[in-house]
Amino acid sequence: MPSIKIICPNGHLGFAPLKLDSFLRGVEAGPDFIAADSGSDDIGPVPLGTDTSTSPEAWQRQDLEAMLLASRRIGVPMIIGSAGDTGTNGRVDRYVEMIREIASKHGLAPFKLGYFYSEVDKEQVRKAIGSAEPVLGLDGRDALDEAELDATERIVAMAGVHPFMKLLDEGCDVIIGGRSSDCAIFAAAALHRGASEADAYYLGKVLECASFCAEPYGAKETVLGAVKGSGVTVTAMHPEQRCTIASVAGHAMYERSNPFDEFVAGGRLDMRDCHYEQIDPRTTRVTGQRFTPAERVRVKLEGAGKIGERFVGIASVRDPYTIANIDKVIDWAKDQTAERFGNAPYELFYNVFGKNGVMGDLEPVKVPAHELCIVVQGIAPTMEMAEEVCMTGTRQLFYARLPEVKGTAGGVAFVLDEVLKASPAYRWTVNHTLAVDDPLELFPTHIATIGA
Amino acid sequence: MKKLSDLAKTIRSKNAGVDKITFDVIFTDRNVYDRVRRSKALTRESVATLYGIDESRIAEFVEYDPACAIKFTIYRLRPSGSPGDPDIFGAQQYAPLLDIAVDI
Repeated sequence: MPSIKIICPNGHLGFAPLKLDSFLRGVEAGPDFIAADSGSDDIGPVPLGTDTSTSPEAWQRQDLEAMLLASRRIGVPMIIGSAGDTGTNGRVDRYVEMIREIASKHGLAPFKLGYFYSEVDKEQVRKAIGSAEPVLGLDGRDALDEAELDATERIVAMAGVHPFMKLLDEGCDVIIGGRSSDCAIFAAAALHRGASEADAYYLGKVLECASFCAEPYGAKETVLGAVKGSGVTVTAMHPEQRCTIASVAGHAMYERSNPFDEFVAGGRLDMRDCHYEQIDPRTTRVTGQRFTPAERVRVKLEGAGKIGERFVGIASVRDPYTIANIDKVIDWAKDQTAERFGNAPYELFYNVFGKNGVMGDLEPVKVPAHELCIVVQGIAPTMEMAEEVCMTGTRQLFYARLPEVKGTAGGVAFVLDEVLKASPAYRWTVNHTLAVDDPLELFPTHIATIGA
Repeated sequence: MKKLSDLAKTIRSKNAGVDKITFDVIFTDRNVYDRVRRSKALTRESVATLYGIDESRIAEFVEYDPACAIKFTIYRLRPSGSPGDPDIFGAQQYAPLLDIAVDI
């Protein structure tokens, strides 16, 4: 009869630090694994494109340190997926290096570190394009073509349980994963200990965001998930939080377009017939989940492509006549920019806060506020040009020619009379799946002994 | 008539992948959930009208009984985080749902 306990202290390691009190309570509960996901595509395409993390390294290091020290102290494996937000090779290497540094700092006894990469060579993807098994689009996208591939800077594949299980089978004490399905990180540990696929993947699904499956709302607190026999239980470790039927069932739909299916490399978790049962005030038990293996393994790919260098300008408006005619003001600035740069490749974007800045075309409120803030983004192939495009598109708001305007000394207010260098502009070019014969083939694994 | 925000415990929006935004309206009381469903205040059609979008932009609309939730998902016109996207996480798109009038 399988029996496994896993704690998860953070739903996106590095994005904000874990809360130590509930984490230590979780450690005292005697888990078999300490695991967390460190990635997300919520952060937009820039970190993947530029191979950076979206948060300070100090936050990543703090959580890795807490987890590593606890896992070595109680002698159970620690597993991290999607290192450093994006799971690129560079982020995996950086996490491996941090594990080394933390082990050295604390003089930890030698342990076995396993890690795997997730970046995919563009030429491998190119071979699939136009083959009998094209690179199929997700979420309504067309199959990937060579033009989009050429526009892509970097691609990562999303691992299922396979590389994690391989490294667990090889006896690793700490695993740092490249890009991975959130739930696979935990499912691999459960499968390794003999849980059914249905329970293993459900356990992963419910644990992936840590205390988001508990109430009252409070992120970054530890939860404990367990499989004993059949069925999954999940327990909040924060004394004020509870995993209830509503909070656990509710989590199944979080960040997913439907609450019934979770797709991973190798199959589909079906939650249609899940049954939820409150077994103690802080614990809910879930049964009835099913897992259907895929006939053909398709691995999700994520890719980001660079559009250009980017600067940002800010301007504000208080004159009600100018507010009523803000579209004309923006058209003036766009025209002036076009006059200067002609057909040169550049882009200008205007978000008008106080009008529809947050929601754009989805905004149902059509009456603007009494003041507006306009955020201008100028994008061009070079820094110099992006700066000038953005400055033109911002400064010319000041000179917009509205026939009835009373204020002829300047059409907008400036917080800063400058434009600010921002991250380069990227876009998600790849949100597709690639068929593979071997679910390990995109994820080369490595093992190192630390502290020897 | 009541406002949806007076009836639901949670009304939220969030990315569902890079090409979609998903909306969750969650009730604590199954009776209230059932009455809101029966009122037809929140349907594929009403949501499309509220957001001023074609129904074809609504990828899914489901009633999820285990969580007493009504959930729908819309396609973004451009992927999250593309320049000009004002809400990279899709986290502030739910506000118009708060004031939906429900006849119960």
